[in-house]
Amino acid sequence: MAETPIDIAHVARLARIALTDEESARFSAQFSRLFEFIRELQALDVTRVHATAQVIPLHDVVRPDEVSPCLDHEAALANAPDREGPYFKMPRILE
Amino acid sequence: MKTGHEIHDAIVARKLSAVEAVSAALGAVTAAEPMLKAYLTLTPERALERAKAIDQRIARGENPGLLAGVPVAVKDLFCTAGVRTTSGSKILENFIPPYSATVVERLEGAGAVIVGKTNMDEFAMGSSTENSAFYPTRNPWDGEGVPGGSSGGSAATVGARGVPIALGTDTGGSIREPASFCNVVGVKPTYGRVSRYGIVAFASSLDQAGPLTLDVRDSADTLEVIAGHDPMDSTSVDVPVPHYAASLRADLRGVRCGVVREFEEALKSDAKMTALFQSAYRVLEELGAQLVPVSLPHAKYGLATYYLIAPAECSSNLARYDGARYGLRVKGDDVFSMFEATRTAGFGAEVKRRIILGTYALSSGYYDAYYVRAQKVRTLMKQDFDEAFERCDVIACPPVSCPPFELGAKTQDPVAMYLMDYFTIPMSLAGLPAMSVPAGFVDDLPVGLQIVAPAFEEGRMLGVAHAYEQATRWAWQREPMIGSAAGGVR
Amino acid sequence: MKSSERNGKFEPVIGLEVHVELATASKMFCGCRNEFGAPPNTNVCPVCLGLPGSLPVANARAIEFLCKTGLAFGSTIAPFSKFDRKNYFYPDMPKNYQISQYDMPLTTGGGVTLASGKRIGLTRIHLEEDTGKNLHSGGSIARSEYTLVDYNRAGVPLMEIVSEPEISSAEEAEAYLGELKSVLSYIGVSDVKMHEGSLRCDANVSVRPSRSKELGTKVEIKNLNSFRFVGRALAYEIERLEASLRNGERIVQETRGWDETTGTTHSMRSKEYAHDYRYFPDPDLVPMNPNVADAERWRRELPELPAAKRERYVRDFGLPAYDAGVLTEDRPTAEFFEAVVAAGGAAKQAANWTMGDVRRVLQKHELTLAQSKLRPQTLAALIKLVENGTISGKAAKEVIEPVAVEGRAPQDVVAERGLAQTSDQSEVARFVDDAIAQQPDSVASYRAGKEKAFEFLVGQVMRLSRGKANVELARRLLKERLG
Repeated sequence: MAETPIDIAHVARLARIALTDEESARFSAQFSRLFEFIRELQALDVTRVHATAQVIPLHDVVRPDEVSPCLDHEAALANAPDREGPYFKMPRILE
Repeated sequence: MKTGHEIHDAIVARKLSAVEAVSAALGAVTAAEPMLKAYLTLTPERALERAKAIDQRIARGENPGLLAGVPVAVKDLFCTAGVRTTSGSKILENFIPPYSATVVERLEGAGAVIVGKTNMDEFAMGSSTENSAFYPTRNPWDGEGVPGGSSGGSAATVGARGVPIALGTDTGGSIREPASFCNVVGVKPTYGRVSRYGIVAFASSLDQAGPLTLDVRDSADTLEVIAGHDPMDSTSVDVPVPHYAASLRADLRGVRCGVVREFEEALKSDAKMTALFQSAYRVLEELGAQLVPVSLPHAKYGLATYYLIAPAECSSNLARYDGARYGLRVKGDDVFSMFEATRTAGFGAEVKRRIILGTYALSSGYYDAYYVRAQKVRTLMKQDFDEAFERCDVIACPPVSCPPFELGAKTQDPVAMYLMDYFTIPMSLAGLPAMSVPAGFVDDLPVGLQIVAPAFEEGRMLGVAHAYEQATRWAWQREPMIGSAAGGVR
Repeated sequence: MKSSERNGKFEPVIGLEVHVELATASKMFCGCRNEFGAPPNTNVCPVCLGLPGSLPVANARAIEFLCKTGLAFGSTIAPFSKFDRKNYFYPDMPKNYQISQYDMPLTTGGGVTLASGKRIGLTRIHLEEDTGKNLHSGGSIARSEYTLVDYNRAGVPLMEIVSEPEISSAEEAEAYLGELKSVLSYIGVSDVKMHEGSLRCDANVSVRPSRSKELGTKVEIKNLNSFRFVGRALAYEIERLEASLRNGERIVQETRGWDETTGTTHSMRSKEYAHDYRYFPDPDLVPMNPNVADAERWRRELPELPAAKRERYVRDFGLPAYDAGVLTEDRPTAEFFEAVVAAGGAAKQAANWTMGDVRRVLQKHELTLAQSKLRPQTLAALIKLVENGTISGKAAKEVIEPVAVEGRAPQDVVAERGLAQTSDQSEVARFVDDAIAQQPDSVASYRAGKEKAFEFLVGQVMRLSRGKANVELARRLLKERLG
């Protein structure tokens, strides 16, 4: 069975998700089968192919610089898990 | 069973009131729900209020729209202002959006009445609705099988004749596969045909909203209502929306219908499935179509390509779910611990898998080898279709490799589930319109026929599907196990 | 380490990254108002809050402003440009990714010409969205228990101007920032108020032995909230780096923050861990292909820029470079000066007045030129009144205030306050004669060589005439009488 090249612990950290050792191991095994398919992709010759930027090509889609009504202040905060006055409240930042 | 256009015609002719139609639908849905579990939220009061308003407008001689009074359901990833919208996830379990998706506004603007939000695989990731964080939905045809996914709830409620029209989304097959499994019509439009604004995003370059309906005519009308340029979506295309129903035709004379060599090969080992599709192609021929063999040589790379691009985009789209501004929050001593605790508790296993896969595919040192390469193979797959459509007007092929499987049958091996998308992924990657229309039964379980057209040729696609539908009438031939055959409206 | 490094001269190499908030009416990707100082979380919508399902749509004017900025600095507008997602988690970022530009910025190249004539090259200018603002309970990130977040600023269009590492001193860095601010305010793309955060600066600094071609290890400095801080921080850091090199220490590549209270930089270790931003093209947005016709129109719409004005003032008006520099610091001042000259005011006088007493009066009343009632024609007229001797220069300084603040006509103020001076020769001569007659000792002192006595006598003439005598005339007549 092919190996999974993913350093799952590192990637999970980047994605801010904590996995148990069991989950990491299980995911690793599950990914390895997918990587069998992905390896076939690596074997294709794509040297003269450009990457699809968008499947239906559009460009220069812009909007005029006009103010439109925004959310009512209370509506904006209505789903906030925690708030203090007009602010969204969350725990301190520890880097 | 009453289709949407039949209900609409009766309402406009004042033979039926919107309140009656919606009440009957709510009755049918509620009766089926304990077994079916197609919904995450039902909105009876809201629905009846709107139905009443429609009736008042009709009484005043107004025309409330193409879908006036028709009861509909929408997948729970369409933001619906004031109505809980979960995207099938615990992380949004109590999220009430302050705004509605553009397609919801257009549906309601055409007079449709939303009776509830349907169940789905979490964040649209899955092919069976078993990844819903809440509960699985059952297939209305046998009660033991999956309805397909990720738009399983929408397909099931239409299949069970609760409502005639439901909205779903299709990223790699999530409308077409459940439509096939539930014996209903399901349409994925051309990428950019329908606005994505207000649809909880999974994979931005692939997601498209579309209808699941009892018949092709309703899909045509619903598509006409929801399609069209939206200034709130930079990727929505400014191309006029035709009256799709005008393209519905009775025969297929002059139509060149491509049959995909590689797909036939893939199903070869399954005699029953092969027989079903062979007879479907014969019907097309009998209707006057000329069958043309075509090739999609890069179709086999679809799985790997899709499972690099979609997770990459979703890993970024789902970063916003962190407990800070809305949704679930799990306590943490500091904000980054809170992010991690929330996401760990709030996301299911499949979502976590795809976020990790996607984060990896974009990460430093791997971006070119995986994400960029996948986007290049995507170009090759699109070119396959461009070449095929030089020789045919539409492509007819399977949307699935098998009839609906049992609940739990594929949950142990994610890749086995991913393989369900084999026949639907290439059209998604190429951004082409594709649909599934009921095509018969294998072991008494429904199987659909997929029709694919060139970009923005939904009319042509619907026309072919309609001809096939009228010649075979599979949707009318049997009744589902769960749900009233009379479609809730007698 | 070579002895030349230990004992010889070093030269600093500085590059600046300047973030500029664009003065558009609405945000970069949504229609919320772009407004400083609004009550928290009142200029927000599903898009800039990153609500599920929301999508960005690019602000055409932000693109125009950036391209105009590029054109003003001689940059090249890219024929093909796109937005990329910069992925990282932070509470002030609603989507936990920032829509920015990675490898295909809207403009590349160009340069900023300083007053000294030196040109600092630009690497690129790109467009991105700003983040919200975090408030820390307890006032600082270190002591806080919780964080309060205001997303009003999230989504405001931000232009990032990256210079080549061609700045050679702290003073040059300040000059660069000054010129940048000047040009940006001229073309009207930003209100460039560092104290309000609409202009922010990070610096990259390294030192190397003089005449070396290699770049030394660079240090990034953040938290530079004013031009003065930039200068001080760079000066400090350059010294610190040079001292390290002289001591044979290796420079650590790191991010350091400037602490104004201690006047030092300190390591911000927390920012050191490698961010893998996983840049990829934003699939919710489409590429930009600014066309030649647009670029031409934008170029034509650019006003005359400060450097060109400075040159013209020196060449055509004969003003000293210093005056030209001060007058062209901001466009309203420059245009006011030009209008005074066009209305007939002598250039040097117009310059002196604009830079001097007009500015003084405006500052005293906390008015801008636009807010004041001073019209260029009026100042030109006032200048003429002094030139033709109707009032003294000193009186004019008194007149300017009600003219500028209340919009009074100068003649009315002069008449009302009796400021018209006497330039009638015979009348002034009488006061001169009286002064001479009344101050024989001073006359004698002057004749004996004491210059101060002359000034005293001038003062006496002014006293006797109750300040009305034309002082130049008085001096001349005094001199004539005293011999």
